[in-house]
Amino acid sequence: MATLELIGLTKKFAANNAAAVHDVNLNVGDGEFLCILGPSGCGKSTTLRMIGGFEEPTAGDVRIDGQSVVELPPNRRPTAMVFQKYTLWPHMRVFDNIAFGMRLHHVPKEHIDRDVKNALQMVGLSGYEQRYPSQLSGGEQQRVALARALVLQPKILLLDEPFSNLDALLRVRLREELHAIQRRIQITAIFVTHDQEEALSLADRIAVMNAGHLEQLDQPSQIYAYPKTLFVADFIGVMNIFNATRTGDSLRVGQYALKGATGVRGDSNLSIAVRPEDFTFGAPTDSHNSTEMWRGVIDQSIDLGHYRKVLVVVPGLFENETTALAHRLKVYMPKSADAKEGDSIALYPTRYLVYTDHTQPIEVRNQALRTSDETRRDDLSSVAVSSDALANSG
Amino acid sequence: MATLTSATPTREMALNPTLLWKRMRRELLSVVLVVVLFIVIIGPMLTVIFWAFAEQWRYPSLVPTKWGLSYWQETLTRADVTAALPLSIGLATIVTFLSAVICLPASYAFARMNFPGRQGFLLSFLATNAFPRFGLYVSIAVVFFRLNLIGTLPGVILIQIVNTLLLMIWIPTAAFQNIDRSLEEAALDVGASRVRVFLQITLPLVLPALSAAILLTFVSTFYEAQGALIIGVPNIQTMPVLMYSIINSQVIVQYGAVISLVLWLPSLLLLTFAQRFVRGNTISAGFGV
Repeated sequence: MATLELIGLTKKFAANNAAAVHDVNLNVGDGEFLCILGPSGCGKSTTLRMIGGFEEPTAGDVRIDGQSVVELPPNRRPTAMVFQKYTLWPHMRVFDNIAFGMRLHHVPKEHIDRDVKNALQMVGLSGYEQRYPSQLSGGEQQRVALARALVLQPKILLLDEPFSNLDALLRVRLREELHAIQRRIQITAIFVTHDQEEALSLADRIAVMNAGHLEQLDQPSQIYAYPKTLFVADFIGVMNIFNATRTGDSLRVGQYALKGATGVRGDSNLSIAVRPEDFTFGAPTDSHNSTEMWRGVIDQSIDLGHYRKVLVVVPGLFENETTALAHRLKVYMPKSADAKEGDSIALYPTRYLVYTDHTQPIEVRNQALRTSDETRRDDLSSVAVSSDALANSG
Repeated sequence: MATLTSATPTREMALNPTLLWKRMRRELLSVVLVVVLFIVIIGPMLTVIFWAFAEQWRYPSLVPTKWGLSYWQETLTRADVTAALPLSIGLATIVTFLSAVICLPASYAFARMNFPGRQGFLLSFLATNAFPRFGLYVSIAVVFFRLNLIGTLPGVILIQIVNTLLLMIWIPTAAFQNIDRSLEEAALDVGASRVRVFLQITLPLVLPALSAAILLTFVSTFYEAQGALIIGVPNIQTMPVLMYSIINSQVIVQYGAVISLVLWLPSLLLLTFAQRFVRGNTISAGFGV
């Protein structure tokens, strides 16, 4: 069981190019499950490969249990990797695939037999010893690859998008199995993925990377609730993002005003991010302050099973309204909400984050306003929309 | 087809004259194709086999008028044949071995290393096949003459190695390239040294392609006649060269026929071997097909 430290880890592939990985610093605790999450080409795989020894860092250090391993080749590092591609050796049976590493380490034969059996049992493939990789499905191959990595009892388990070649259902199942195994054997694991759902469901902490930089390192709930940068805000979950300017104490978003400019410095280049579930909504009435209550028309109402996703066109909200699809407000409503396409709707954000160029994002909770039916909501489950009000307005 | 709904499509078809005619036409075409292929491929082979076992074959009989094995004994005891057969086998073995020693490391380099002119070098091996061989050999003969290599074994070995380069470089290069590098990384990851990774992972994976390349090289060298003829005269006489001269200068057809059959034997054995141990797609995969 082990800890991992990355110190100023940097990788440049060509001398004059931008760094693929730029000055990444992070600590992973003993038995922790860390996900490195980011879009393709963000440097997450390169980071993992530097930990495993397959890429040599341009600068920085990798320490396992406080000891630098950066000079060691992969075969002498206490790490084990599960690759994205199927990497079982096709000319060896499952047993020999798993036993290969132990034989290199001169493990006695009876120990090998026992350990291979246990490893296969752990990944749910007992009795598969004599099969060839070509006789296994993709999911089974990745299970064997996991067994092959775990059987050597590495200090750090590295996983490079191991399930991305599998179909969706199997991916979820293997993810859950991996989670259970990792919890049981308490191994320190680094899991690289571009799938945020995978990261959110597996990780103790998530490291979000973008363009070679570590954007945020936090627990999943924190990453979702308080994305530190606009990139993370946009990348994780669904987010409505607006350009805004500041006038005095209020923020201007298109023709609308939002309060909560306290602490915001600078008056241009502000961005406001609102989660789709952070809206209060109801039927529009005349008494609403026209600059504070957003008014729109429901363009699309999609029943997603456990909730309803509603896309609302709000004229005058986005500065540049050329691309209609991107400039529709995404709002989550309870399934029971009677939101028909073409209905008029009044809404405003109850919680939003203000991003500036220089400071940490500022969280604003806005609960002063009331829609006609006095609906206030903090999360999806507490939402109660008067369907009458919405129906009347249509 | 049109009879999808019918419970007995074949009977329906048989009753329908248009469909029947269509089917007959299609089958007629395949019959014609088979006959043509038979005449073109099997025909000449049959002729050779008949001649080898013919004591007498008079016009207009379609098969030999008298069968027998006497020409086999006569041919195989000829001094030039008993000398040429071991020479050919030995030569093909030496050439294949030397070619493997030169080409296999080279193909690994082509597959795995990036050096200036890599693509150009790789394509240059096509050059020997892009021009008429005969012209190439004649110009090489001029050079070899000055180097006193004409009529010597080293001369013939050299010229035959040139012939093997394309096959021996291209097939293994493609095989090395086709190996997923992460298979090797996975072995490195569990503790194997680079040498061990090569011996236990890389080599076993390319072995089918390498065997295919070696077998094809051996067989094609064994049958190589033009180079051996031009460079080897007058001292080196391989089986194919001997066959040329026997067919050209002897009135007795049976000598040539018997030698042809003897020459078929090694390739027949090797290709049977290859079919059992080398996957059928390895050779085509070698050319990126």
